[in-house]
Amino acid sequence: MIEPIKRPRRKDPLKRTRLPTLPPLPRSRASHGFTRAAAEGRFVLQSCAACGTFMYPARDACPSCLSADLCFAEAPRAGTLMSETRIHVPAEVYFRERAPWRIGLVAMQCGPTLVAHLHKDCQEGKPVALSWQLDKAGQAVAFAHPEHETPNMSDDTQWREMSADPKFRRVLVTNGRSAVGQEAVAALKAAGASILFVGLAEPWKPFPGEERLRAIEGVEIVPLDVGDEKSVVDLAADIGGKVDILVNTTEHIRAGGLIGRRTSIVRDELDQSYLGFVHLAQSFGAAMRARGADGVNSAAAWVNILSVYALANWPAFGAWSAAQAACLSLSHCLRAELRAGGVKVINLFTGPLDTEWFQTVPPPKVAPRAVANAIVSALKGGLEDMFLGDVAEDIRRRLAANPKAVERELGT
Amino acid sequence: MPSSARTPYDRIVAAVPVTIPYVRYSAESAQWWIGRALRALVEGAGITPRDIDGLCVSSFTMGPDSGIGLTQHFGLSVRWLDTIPLGGASAIAALRRAARAVQAGDAAIVACVAGDTNHVDSFRHTLEHFSRFNQDAAYPYGTGGPNASFALIARNYMRQYGARREDFGKIAVSQRANALRNPHALMKTPLTLEQYLAARPIADPIHLFDCVMPCAGAEAFLVMREEVAASLKLPAAKILSTIERHNAFGNDPVQFRGGWAADVDELYAMAGVKPEDLDFVETYDDYPMIVMMQLEDLGFCRKGEGPAFVREHDFTIDGSFPHNTSGGQLSVGQAGAGGAYLGLTEALRQVLALAGPTQVKGARLGLASGFGMINYDRGLATGAAILAGPAA
Repeated sequence: MIEPIKRPRRKDPLKRTRLPTLPPLPRSRASHGFTRAAAEGRFVLQSCAACGTFMYPARDACPSCLSADLCFAEAPRAGTLMSETRIHVPAEVYFRERAPWRIGLVAMQCGPTLVAHLHKDCQEGKPVALSWQLDKAGQAVAFAHPEHETPNMSDDTQWREMSADPKFRRVLVTNGRSAVGQEAVAALKAAGASILFVGLAEPWKPFPGEERLRAIEGVEIVPLDVGDEKSVVDLAADIGGKVDILVNTTEHIRAGGLIGRRTSIVRDELDQSYLGFVHLAQSFGAAMRARGADGVNSAAAWVNILSVYALANWPAFGAWSAAQAACLSLSHCLRAELRAGGVKVINLFTGPLDTEWFQTVPPPKVAPRAVANAIVSALKGGLEDMFLGDVAEDIRRRLAANPKAVERELGT
Repeated sequence: MPSSARTPYDRIVAAVPVTIPYVRYSAESAQWWIGRALRALVEGAGITPRDIDGLCVSSFTMGPDSGIGLTQHFGLSVRWLDTIPLGGASAIAALRRAARAVQAGDAAIVACVAGDTNHVDSFRHTLEHFSRFNQDAAYPYGTGGPNASFALIARNYMRQYGARREDFGKIAVSQRANALRNPHALMKTPLTLEQYLAARPIADPIHLFDCVMPCAGAEAFLVMREEVAASLKLPAAKILSTIERHNAFGNDPVQFRGGWAADVDELYAMAGVKPEDLDFVETYDDYPMIVMMQLEDLGFCRKGEGPAFVREHDFTIDGSFPHNTSGGQLSVGQAGAGGAYLGLTEALRQVLALAGPTQVKGARLGLASGFGMINYDRGLATGAAILAGPAA
């Protein structure tokens, strides 16, 4: 049974902030097959294409038939916890600070035995379900969950090291004017966020949904225009030390390609989307990275909402797609830099949203509420990449199969 | 008794057991420790370094050197060279390799040596870079070396076979009693079962006195033909039989037996002796639980009877089952790869009646075993040897 975590008390400003430390980083190249799966919340094991054997740890040849034709395939999550230990005296500083730390040996029904971090409700000799998670170092680790849901299970301390759960965390949603921003605020509130800072450029201008937004307990409207560097710097000076999760809902979507449009429109897209991201990262990134191990409400995650067309240009929204691609590239830079603090960067890839800027685009489209729910589930599940909606999933699959085909097909 | 198809050892002997007394931490290098052991070998044998024409070396901390670098470092010109990275199984493997080289005439006098330094941070460094599987699938879980891995193996074994902490404690306590007679043991105070049970937990069910203390030190011996030993007037122990096995029983979900179990019949058949003929046993004791596993797998009792066997016997030097007579790694210390040699050099001293204060009365026939390399979730390397003294 997990005791529910308590709302953290207001922090004593004279107290030193504990610096983030990380679990061990090195991995073989092959083992990043698990990193990939963990990023998307899939459970895979390496399997031999020649003889079907499941194996672990990651290999370069099959231990049954020596075939080099190995793939990371979806695998059954079920196993039995054979043995467990509480490590009281670990060697690494990260684990020393969190000791005792509990791990176990899980015999998978499909064959291999895995060393796994244990959820507190896992019992020796009993069935467990495994998932791949990204630890604070951003590397894949096996995590064993009890077979069935248990009370307060997401409050488990070892699980909280894997997730970026909004519960009791303070969130900045950068744009409260958009439908996605408003839905995100509501969903994060429902998920237990304690304070919701909601950015508004030109807050005196009224907008639909304003009343409902302001009525949510814990919402604090803050002035923020991400395209304006000074605005971002000022806000960070004010609240930068208490943003645990940053949800970048900034959007600037315009239809059209390259030819026959004014450069200024393209520049606006870059100013808002790309430079807006740059300003936010430069102003909020350092404080978040420093607060990655700051207790129950440590800095935990940065969420970007990106178009799936960041991965493949959609000429109908061509210049905007390119700005999204720039944001995607930048997110990988930010991810590498925030990793030192154990702070995740989550990219949510969506197809066209069901909002006014995609008015002429035929369905299927993604409802703003679905985006909001996806943000919460990515945070709670500790994901890094999430594809939302049929279009995003479709593009992802087609890209994996043949990127050239996607290019031609999107361009006609 | 089944017969062995392997070529028997033909009057191949091991001699001049050397132990360079251990220290907890050393500012010296592994090469310094190995050099001291080589010097002790030539002095002990009454030979010169030029007489050594074979070298076999094991060390975790001599990087970036391997055996070849050491030949130039120590001015040895050898015609046979081996570097054995098998951790706790290195000594048995070294004995096997050297014995065959000598028997085939590839070398006349082989120096087998293991030595490691222990700088303040070298143990953690060794753990971090131990193996690819460990790096990928164990170290990131806070295992911080073998403690947690053995904890998982021990807990499974306890549940399956009813072993209790008291049983492991009896092994540790007996070894401490033996160590008090060994002036070189790092542990110099008595240990009671109460103290053992009350020790702080390291990784349940492993507590402080289940763990070895990493330290610096070196161990060595020579392998040669019996007649060479005689011409040098060296007391020498005959190699009767050896076994070696790696990655046995890979389909056991959790390790409850080691590779010895695959080869134990061969071990006794080749030596032409039975377990009860042995006068003493030196097992690999990185944890008492692994000792218990060896008692089963080396044929002193059946699988699962380890706990009962421990309860029924006295493991001290003068007891019913003299075991780890020097005090073992648990009480002497674990000098890296030297830990693999500790039991073997002590076994040589026992059968050669050179053990002094730890001497088992009338010891003529003994067994030493090795266990090593927690590559991921289990120890992969196992080995054992039966040695006979001149009186046997």
